[in-house]
Amino acid sequence: MKKTITLFINGQRYSHEVEPRLLLVHYLREVVGLTGAHIGCETSTCGACTVLLDGKAVKACTVLAVQADGRFVTTIEGIAANGSLDAVQEAFWNEHALQCGFCTPGMILTAKQLLAREPNPTEEQIRHGLEGNLCRCTGYQHIVNAVQAAASRSGD
Amino acid sequence: MATTTTKSPALLVGQSLRRREDPRLITGTATYVDDVKMPGMHHACILRSPHAAARIRGIRTSRALEMPGVVAVFTGEDVAHLGPVPCGAALPGLRVPAHTVLARDRVYYVGHPVAVVVATDRYLAADALDAIEVDWEPLPAVADPEKALEPGSPAVHPEWPDNIAFTYKQEGGDVDKAFAEADVVVRQRLVNQRLIPVAMETRGVVAEWKPGDRQLTLYTSTQIPHLVRTLVAGMLKMPENRLRVVAPEVGGGFGSKLNVYAEEALMAFVAMKIGKPVKWIESRRENFVATIHGRGHVDYYEVAAKRDGTILGIKLKLIQDIGAYHQLLTPAIPTLSILMMPGLYKCKNVRADLIGVFTNCTPTDAYRGAGRPEATYGIERMVDILAAELQMDPAEIRFKNFVGSGEFPYQTATGLSYDSGDYAAPLRKALETVSYKTLREEQRKAREAGRLIGIGISTYGEICALGPSASLPCGGWESATVKIEPGGQVTVLTGISPHGQGEETTFAQIVADELGVSIDDVVVLHGDTSLVQYGIGTFGSRNTAIGGTALYFALQDLKEKLKKFGAMLLESDDVVWNGGRCVCMKSGKEVALPEIAAASYRAMKLPENTDPGLVATRFWEPPNFTFPFGAHIVVTEVDSETGAVQILRYVAVDDCGKIINPLLVRGQIHGGVVQALGQVFYEHAVYDENGQLVTGELTDYAVPKASYIPAIESYHTETPSPVNPLGVKGVGEAGTIGCTPAAVNSVVDALSHLGVRHIDMPLTPEKIWKVIQDRRTA
Repeated sequence: MKKTITLFINGQRYSHEVEPRLLLVHYLREVVGLTGAHIGCETSTCGACTVLLDGKAVKACTVLAVQADGRFVTTIEGIAANGSLDAVQEAFWNEHALQCGFCTPGMILTAKQLLAREPNPTEEQIRHGLEGNLCRCTGYQHIVNAVQAAASRSGD
Repeated sequence: MATTTTKSPALLVGQSLRRREDPRLITGTATYVDDVKMPGMHHACILRSPHAAARIRGIRTSRALEMPGVVAVFTGEDVAHLGPVPCGAALPGLRVPAHTVLARDRVYYVGHPVAVVVATDRYLAADALDAIEVDWEPLPAVADPEKALEPGSPAVHPEWPDNIAFTYKQEGGDVDKAFAEADVVVRQRLVNQRLIPVAMETRGVVAEWKPGDRQLTLYTSTQIPHLVRTLVAGMLKMPENRLRVVAPEVGGGFGSKLNVYAEEALMAFVAMKIGKPVKWIESRRENFVATIHGRGHVDYYEVAAKRDGTILGIKLKLIQDIGAYHQLLTPAIPTLSILMMPGLYKCKNVRADLIGVFTNCTPTDAYRGAGRPEATYGIERMVDILAAELQMDPAEIRFKNFVGSGEFPYQTATGLSYDSGDYAAPLRKALETVSYKTLREEQRKAREAGRLIGIGISTYGEICALGPSASLPCGGWESATVKIEPGGQVTVLTGISPHGQGEETTFAQIVADELGVSIDDVVVLHGDTSLVQYGIGTFGSRNTAIGGTALYFALQDLKEKLKKFGAMLLESDDVVWNGGRCVCMKSGKEVALPEIAAASYRAMKLPENTDPGLVATRFWEPPNFTFPFGAHIVVTEVDSETGAVQILRYVAVDDCGKIINPLLVRGQIHGGVVQALGQVFYEHAVYDENGQLVTGELTDYAVPKASYIPAIESYHTETPSPVNPLGVKGVGEAGTIGCTPAAVNSVVDALSHLGVRHIDMPLTPEKIWKVIQDRRTA
């Protein structure tokens, strides 16, 4: 029994018939064709699939596509405006906050929400705020540096 | 042909450039295996054994075949013609069980693949898995390697009831004499627990068969695309030039993708059988049982020494948990531990007895450091235990035993030739950084006040740049092709297969400096066997030291050819290559690289004995390993009421030879250290007595999170390696090698006045709390 859903993803309207059990992350990746959200665990532990749903970071592997009906989704593909990188993307690049890159889209979106909540976070607040996103490559320190750099840049 | 003043641009090697691979990764536009999509693509799911040991009395697939969207179900009988999953390591007397692609009449570990379902959609394939009926007859299993050695233990493979996969001995010097002459002998059992690598991207394969071309393409998340091609072609009994293997963007490996897995041949088989592309993506739950594990040692150490702290001899009985099968390099990994037994110390008398033991568990194999973290943990824990026994300072005993800076190349008791080093330098720097004397004083005062502060030191050496071909089953050289295109831009095809290490950047830095071109004109390609000449791949901290050196020599060849064309164009014999131009030493006239490139491809006129074009390929065989080293100091505080450990300070001083890009080196150190802190405090692949993996998900297996981890202070000394012209040694595994003993030494130091001598990892609060309670009641 399929259901028609309509979502606004990265500022564009999408409407599809989907099965109620389809996960949001699979909808984004397989139906819409936005593969920037990655699947690392399917238990909402790793955070590689993090997207913003109505501005809040959610793990798209444990949200059904039908739950996102009528709502606004931002994925990693949607944050660079007019070809110029978002401040957090730029900071991740400058600070070498990624290696294999698999966790990076989720990490960047979580960092964006963190900075939206707390524009000048302490290192402790950053580390706490990133708890839901695992990275196996960087040891987190350059990620923390990047969030701090993005914070000071947006504070300029 | 312009005459201008030649300027040498600033060299890029040694600079912290941000990575050239990052734009695709930070914008979500990189292509990992699961991002590969093809018309008509089907999806596969794999049924795996829920039992650690069981006979398969029968499999019924008919209900699954009737499920919507299902096009095929294959079992062990269907793939019986495929060759076995390969073990590349060879040791005398090695017992190699038949490792079929799918189980046939028996399973040997939880996760053992039994059947594959192929459907039009991944949800439908997953649904159909539940409809396959297997008639199991569970059998007794054994998961603990020491129990597996006991008489009467269940036999993992019935043909070898003693569960011994192999034994291996190595001896150097006169160990018995050393122990007979010793003033003191310390002994300790050390467990290096089984770990799960947890690359953030699980494994995955897409297979596409083009019957018209008789051409098969495998996209697979691997560190070694060329070796996968050779070995999977062998399993499929297919000519190697009919198989193309692509490692697209790879989301972490850490050794777990330095392998050839059953699923790679299985998806090739499925694609050929159904005539459609097929994708299999490992779930995280599968990844925990179907991808190799790491470590899994029980080590019995004995160290003999003089009263002044001079180490005379080391004995090691090493029990390696193999798991149910040998994967690609399984039996070779613990032999690396033996090679590194003496660490940085001048001990010439060593004896190692290694037993590889089959268990009903996932196979172990290379995991970041691969045998070297285990060895370093062993010697560095034992040196601390010895220091405690002799009431010596742990720094002092290390200085006393180091190989001296004037003794290189240094022949070890295990047959290695250490290339270069100044082992005292990083330790001195680390001690200065933490103000060691003051810190000890603070520790004493804190102890008096009832606080438990620990200071832990490790000084590690490692074997990197794996390695000379004699040391590996697959060849240990590396390759590079450099093409200067007709327009003057440079394309590098490297045989390594980086997946986060950053060689698209560091290799471009080397090219820019050597040829004098802009880094923006350099493209580094890798990971596609149809594009790149044969290569070995990425593991053993070998990318820059071996792959970079192959690149360096190819660049020298090209410079020679550029000079020949330049001399022709300048009509002079006396030319030099400088800053991207060929300069006539007499007239000062010069010709720039794009003009030379155009002339070489246009080929209206050619220098004598010179072919058109500007392409050079080098396969470079290293004459030796490289031996990085360093010193890590960890300061911890243990909460006596909860057993929780807080890291107050982490100082790492690493010497990885010449540094190409300090920013990337720092990233490697941070990542390695944190991965090792995972082993020290959180991670343990726990099997119950029936062989069930208790820590079978990320919810139960604790990978470090950002909030668990302190800032790492990373410093360097820089001792060039004489093994290669770049002077580089390798840094990918240093963090995992240096960290574990430093951190455990620190916690043990915090508790030493209570009489604590050793605690096995992971150092969970519960374990530490119990130790403190035991000591208080004792």
